[in-house]
Amino acid sequence: MLELRKDIFADERDDNLKEIGKGTQRQDMLGHVTGTSNYFNDHKLQGMLHLKVVRSTQAHARIRRIDTTEAERSAGVRRIIRGTDVPVNLNTLLSLINFGKDDEPSLAVDKVRYKGEPILAIVADSEREAFEAIAKVKVDYEPLPAVFDVEDALKPGAPVVNETYPKNAFIYHDVYDHQRLRFGDADAALASADHVLEQRYQMSPIEHAPTETNGAIAAPDTNGRYVVYTSTQALFFSVDTCAKILDVPSNTFHFIGGTVGGGFGGKVDTLTEPLAILGAMLTGRPVRYVFGREEEMQYGPPRGAERIYIKDGVMRDGRIVARKIRAYFDSGAYTRLSSYAAVKCAAHLPGPYTIPNVYGDVYCVFTNRTPATAMRGFGVTAMDFAIECQMDKLANLVGMDPMEFRILNAYRDGDMKAHRREAKNTALIECVQVAAEKAKWPIRDEFRRASSRKDGGGSRAAIPPTPTESRARPAAPAQQRTSYDRAPVTATREPPREPPPPPTTPPPPPPRPSAPSHGATRFSSVFGTRRR
Amino acid sequence: MSKIPLQFRHNGRDVAIFVDGGTNLLVALRELIGDMTPKFGCGQGGCGTCSVLIDGELHLSCLTLAETVAGRSIETLDGMKQGPNLHPLQRAFADHFAAQCGYCTPGMLMAAKALLDRNPSPSRDEVIEAISGNICRCTGYEPIINAILAAASGRVSA
Amino acid sequence: MTRHRGRGMASINYPIGMNLGGDPSQALVHSNPSGKFTVALSSIDLGQGMKSVTRQICAETLGVPVEDVYVDTADSDTGPHCMGSFASRGTHRVGNAVMAAAREARGVMMEAAAEELEVNAADLETDGRGNIHVKGAPHRSISTKDVAIAAQFKQGKTISGRGIFLVPLSNVDPETGEMSPATCYAHACLVAEVEVDDETGDVAMVRMDSAYELGRALNPRLVEQQLVGGAWMGVSHALYETPEPYYPDPVHGPRDFVEYLMPGPGDICPHDIAVLERPAPDGPFGAKGPGEMCANPVLPAVANAIFNAVGVRIDDLPITPEKVLRAIKAQGGARPQARR
Repeated sequence: MLELRKDIFADERDDNLKEIGKGTQRQDMLGHVTGTSNYFNDHKLQGMLHLKVVRSTQAHARIRRIDTTEAERSAGVRRIIRGTDVPVNLNTLLSLINFGKDDEPSLAVDKVRYKGEPILAIVADSEREAFEAIAKVKVDYEPLPAVFDVEDALKPGAPVVNETYPKNAFIYHDVYDHQRLRFGDADAALASADHVLEQRYQMSPIEHAPTETNGAIAAPDTNGRYVVYTSTQALFFSVDTCAKILDVPSNTFHFIGGTVGGGFGGKVDTLTEPLAILGAMLTGRPVRYVFGREEEMQYGPPRGAERIYIKDGVMRDGRIVARKIRAYFDSGAYTRLSSYAAVKCAAHLPGPYTIPNVYGDVYCVFTNRTPATAMRGFGVTAMDFAIECQMDKLANLVGMDPMEFRILNAYRDGDMKAHRREAKNTALIECVQVAAEKAKWPIRDEFRRASSRKDGGGSRAAIPPTPTESRARPAAPAQQRTSYDRAPVTATREPPREPPPPPTTPPPPPPRPSAPSHGATRFSSVFGTRRR
Repeated sequence: MSKIPLQFRHNGRDVAIFVDGGTNLLVALRELIGDMTPKFGCGQGGCGTCSVLIDGELHLSCLTLAETVAGRSIETLDGMKQGPNLHPLQRAFADHFAAQCGYCTPGMLMAAKALLDRNPSPSRDEVIEAISGNICRCTGYEPIINAILAAASGRVSA
Repeated sequence: MTRHRGRGMASINYPIGMNLGGDPSQALVHSNPSGKFTVALSSIDLGQGMKSVTRQICAETLGVPVEDVYVDTADSDTGPHCMGSFASRGTHRVGNAVMAAAREARGVMMEAAAEELEVNAADLETDGRGNIHVKGAPHRSISTKDVAIAAQFKQGKTISGRGIFLVPLSNVDPETGEMSPATCYAHACLVAEVEVDDETGDVAMVRMDSAYELGRALNPRLVEQQLVGGAWMGVSHALYETPEPYYPDPVHGPRDFVEYLMPGPGDICPHDIAVLERPAPDGPFGAKGPGEMCANPVLPAVANAIFNAVGVRIDDLPITPEKVLRAIKAQGGARPQARR
């Protein structure tokens, strides 16, 4: 049941529109209910071959030898594709926007870094014959120690997952193994807070589980080009990725997306298109490469796991005065898009609240796990889980109603956010008020009267003095988990672990242009490491 | 590989094809008959996107050996329209916005038809049970349940 | 055995579009000689309603009925560049590009109509039903069809438009993280009510109440689809889903829908939704994007409701019966908190 609350923010809207705001039927509904909507796999091409890949059985191993003698003689096999057949067998997805270094082969050559990593592609007359040939391939592995835990992966002496990033962490701005956020003096504020609460949160990986699995059909076209039917969520992203991997101009391809049978972020990685096209190039025939369900579940990229530590300082009256966060994105064996999500996550801190002192370190870590990718809420979903569970605990700690606690700390128009931009067009308070009303959850009058448009800005618009790093950054402290809900409230007050830092007067932050910069020439300065 | 001749009724029409031994009905329908309405979702019987009716009974075509349908009558979404007109279930799914990506819709509609053909006025629980073998990742099921209930009670647009 | 009810809430915001911007999308709009319009996009509809929402944006901007617009997507030969369908960028980025293209096409259409009616284009308006008339004089009118015919065969004009929308890329300060991540944010607050069985650890959803602020609900039915389906996915993430049940140990990964759990149609609960609209200054008609953020408040709201019901905090997702039961046992039984 959906209700439009036209009464709220009515003065900011023109509701006299003709088509906007109407519940018009979907353009694609008739196709959906008659089964005539076209998906990539609904194209049947004459003489189509089928591609399947040989996947690593090891999480981390050197490949000593690949023996395809028997597979080559297997019935129906048209072509076996090795890593050396891939024109540019190293890529990273965001190289298209100059972010990060090429770190992932289409087909592994000398080493596998996760269980399920593709090693060979076999093109055969039927899927069944491709599978039969796969069973005849012998791969001789030299197993290597593997690392699966993000914090273990960052320890000195951990197995190196991905040689492109020998410390097992993505490198930001050419210098740091994490993305930083610094706003005010979180340590000083924690030292003087009435309560300090430190917690650890863990989000599991998640499978996108679209009902249609990833796949592509590539076929030689009549004009020397290749037509590609694909399940991609990002057509030109896939076109450009294929052009790079196959080392041909992008207009070699005519990509036709279908209606996509669900994506949720799991159809951005362009995993099937390059091999399907290469298969078509090498055989001269249409080639189909579609993930089976087990492949989709086990080796299709998941939403990556995240581990998050939050340490908050809160006053007895409910005001949060400091929030310190350390978060680890489990990227799996390759970067894909997790490097991007970590920056998005840093920008999201400390959640939709105005907190005067915020400190964040967000890591993108490599482990011997299936590479992770984007999923609905990318970079934010797990952090919201952590922050909002933490908010509930803090409200409990200070004895406040959780709705009122949110409204008290909510960001409002004119407030300065931790990434140093003014909050505008905010509406958190109104959402809390309306949800409380709908759920018949009583909140007090003063909180019912609060508004996103009132009482923001002013002193809340200031960028607080922020200590320089040499003083404020301890060398990756091993933070302690404190218990709280199970203990009396008074016991949660932690003594400061170290004497508060001497008062310093740090220089005001240098003036920065508030208008964002233009153009691709700035890419290299924005992102961690420019592709070379 | 030797081919097996196979005849059956497909949406009221007699068809004849040659299949390889071991071919499943989903592949036979899509690749040999050319009926693309049953979808491949898992090939394991876990998602229901390939659902069809065999002699009026709901079956997973991906787990049905093609050879076993010889002489039987297969219904798919391709045969659901009544002439040029949508079936009440199709109209109800549209009315209720019961599809987003649309990939589970053919299977959902066949599961719903199997239910309404034998039980024209099901309870909500009976509807839920009838579609419990069909996975939808987009809608949260609520609009699908409501659509089927509406179709059963004749509450659909013209 | 006792079943304990509890309520929990969470509130969130969500950035619209790719973080830091730098993610352009383009659109082309043109009319055929009958005054019917085609929008050409390379953008993808993966169920979220890209075709439908851009169709409405185009119709509103052109001032023609929605039936006169058809949106063609997902072709790299005919559709101009688009970054893709992710990061809640479809409505905001592609919608703006379509709006820009439709505005340009409308300009030509009005010029062509002005020439036919022998008036100044600035004095014309559309009625949204397929006609263009002189402001204040509805009888001096011409249909968009006749305008299109005249433009094509008489005046030699193309009623077409190009549009691009780009939020320029922001810099990131390595030391402070200073950056412009997004130009607008959607908001939400959700209350979850659960029932926890203290003998099995099973958590059943009882109901959800929510408020989502989306800038503008361009099509409330499409918004409802996202919010209802997205909240279901949130419940699924909170209570069911994981491909690695003993993370970080990678064993026992699922191979099918029997091993990968999600709530079925029998596990859903009533969900009452309120939609608020505070238009984003740079959104198409103020719209932001509901598609991703809708799942986010559900996870913590469910976790907080479980605490309210039985007094245990599960900070590791998913919140399986095993984890709930172990936590209840560890604290010596369920400890229901103050009823909300």
